[in-house]
Amino acid sequence: MSEYLIEARDLVRMFGSRRERVTAVDGVSFGIREGEVVCLVGESGCGKTTTGKMIAGLLKPTTGQVLYTGKPVWTPRGDKGEDFKKFRLGVQIIHQDPYASLNPSHTIYQILSAPLLHHKLAANTREALDRVIELLTIVGLSPVEDFLYKYPHQLSGGQRQRVSVARALTVNPRFIVADEAVSMVDVSIRVGLLNMMADLKRNLGVTYLFITHDLAVAKFFAWEGRIAVMYVGSIVEFASTPQLINEPLHPYSKALLAAVPEADPELTRHKQRVELRSQDIPSLLALPSGCRFHPRCPYFEPGLCDVKRPALLPLDANRYVACHIAAREAGVQS
Amino acid sequence: MENKVASASKVADASKSKVPLTVEDLWVEYKIERGVVKAVRGVSFELARGESLALIGESGCGKTTLGVALIRLLVKAARIPKGEITYWRGNQGIDVLSLKERELRRFRWRECAMVFQSALNAFNPVLRIWDQILDTSKAHGGMPRQQVRERAMQLLEYVQLDPKRVIDAYPHELSGGMRQRVLLAMSLLLDPQVLILDEPTTALDILTQRTIIDLLRRLKDEIGFAMLFISHDLATAAELADRVATMYAGSIVEVGPVADIFYRPAHPYTLGLIRAVPTVTGEFEKLISIPGAPPDLVAPPPGCKFHPRCPYATERCLAEEPKLEAHYGETHSVACFNVRRVQEDTHDLQERYQRYMGGKTL
Repeated sequence: MSEYLIEARDLVRMFGSRRERVTAVDGVSFGIREGEVVCLVGESGCGKTTTGKMIAGLLKPTTGQVLYTGKPVWTPRGDKGEDFKKFRLGVQIIHQDPYASLNPSHTIYQILSAPLLHHKLAANTREALDRVIELLTIVGLSPVEDFLYKYPHQLSGGQRQRVSVARALTVNPRFIVADEAVSMVDVSIRVGLLNMMADLKRNLGVTYLFITHDLAVAKFFAWEGRIAVMYVGSIVEFASTPQLINEPLHPYSKALLAAVPEADPELTRHKQRVELRSQDIPSLLALPSGCRFHPRCPYFEPGLCDVKRPALLPLDANRYVACHIAAREAGVQS
Repeated sequence: MENKVASASKVADASKSKVPLTVEDLWVEYKIERGVVKAVRGVSFELARGESLALIGESGCGKTTLGVALIRLLVKAARIPKGEITYWRGNQGIDVLSLKERELRRFRWRECAMVFQSALNAFNPVLRIWDQILDTSKAHGGMPRQQVRERAMQLLEYVQLDPKRVIDAYPHELSGGMRQRVLLAMSLLLDPQVLILDEPTTALDILTQRTIIDLLRRLKDEIGFAMLFISHDLATAAELADRVATMYAGSIVEVGPVADIFYRPAHPYTLGLIRAVPTVTGEFEKLISIPGAPPDLVAPPPGCKFHPRCPYATERCLAEEPKLEAHYGETHSVACFNVRRVQEDTHDLQERYQRYMGGKTL
């Protein structure tokens, strides 16, 4: 058995035609242990959703491999055997937009019972109904009778997102990819949703890959887990959440934490800034040489950072960083 | 309903010319099939020169409707049954609600410009930036072409863009942050006194958000106009606001200086919002969610509109709607019967303030 429930090995994903190709994800590797929460954070276009889709098996990597309980998900010929079905049932995804991800012409009961019946997880509709009621209770939609025969449009955004979570839970997954699952939900509802998802981890042992652009949400949800920071297609820092938040080592992580507006006037107005050399995010069509962050990096060293691409190296027990300067300071050969 | 905001009336007495915008008991309704949506219910406030007021609240609380009503760009289904909106230039007041269409067009953008949410949709995709700037200038009774061009170039440079590259570009050629900056530049074209920003940093990435926030702060300090920004994001308010007004179900339920709102909130809803939003680099805190959901504005609950979700609610809250009244001194007003009990639960926030401020209390 592998140490990890799910593992990404050197994932690469390209999009486009032969004439014009972009590499959206460029060599991403990490592993998630059973019961762990890993947050993938980064700005729009950094490849975090693409990575999530590959991990969830919705997108085939151009090269690289996803391993589920140590077994490769993608076979060379692309055939989908028994293992693939196990993977599909074990891994679920919750999408960002609760308005687009639920079928508008189906009732909540229909939405939730379909996978149960399809995968024969319920022998008959009676059993399915019992299970649907149980699921709605787990995600906090009660009294259940108020929701069973409603259509998605009759629910609020927060309630719909709870239905999305319930749907992911129908097949008793071990692993859930939550892609910006709370981003479209109002502040007052958000915490309830996050707490509910955290309870699933505690009570059902669900493992999460939680994708978000919101550092505050990442910190709250993955406080006992780890955060991976992505920039232009690769992970630049991967560390335990308190370490990353309190003492980021990669210049990009530092810049993000220094720039993020905080819901606390004194804290946010007295932050130490990190001045970047450029505000422009590089185009995927014309990636910078060497370290992708070097044109913006305040610690840029000519002849090093623009020549050699830094590898993601372990700098201490629980932290990986892809930066020549940080590696040197930690006494690690990059 | 009388909703007098203590702080603002004081400013108004000092000198009208320092208060470019006053709003009195404003109501906005939408007619829909099911009935009448009371989107804005008796809102009063004043905006001083050089000040930034943040209007915070969740989706559907009426904050965008209020913003749009201030420049009378409401959709046809909307009606203003009651209220007054006055812009002051020197001692001369302009009664916005009685302006005719032509006057209105001159008034918009010269007195008050609005930067709309979603920088992508605010542009016409088939026109170059320059043509859109020219259109704006023409529509609102602008200047000669050459002068517009010069001013546009200056403004684009001012918002830290390369004017030569941007002015002849199409909107899709610009990134989200660049578009937001172009919109800001356009809003300044006719030198308005009041700038309304609807969710100015929403949907932008962190580093881009930071440049926009820094830019807005600079604009406010250097140009000194009054800024009203509408946001669901407490962090933006914490960054940019001098004063914060919390909106719930169409009314302002609390308004006060930014430090008051964040460190000694007096309305249960404001406190609820603060408790529900984590900071990133601050201490790790347990968060508390607000139970329930915002009310249906067609058939809102009786009494205080927040009472079904409020942990402090009493019998009185069910029967009577509290008015916005001065609380801490004259600058901080709140609409709640249970302020004292709410206050008792904010000691940790006040302590946090003291820690940041080296022992200073609010």
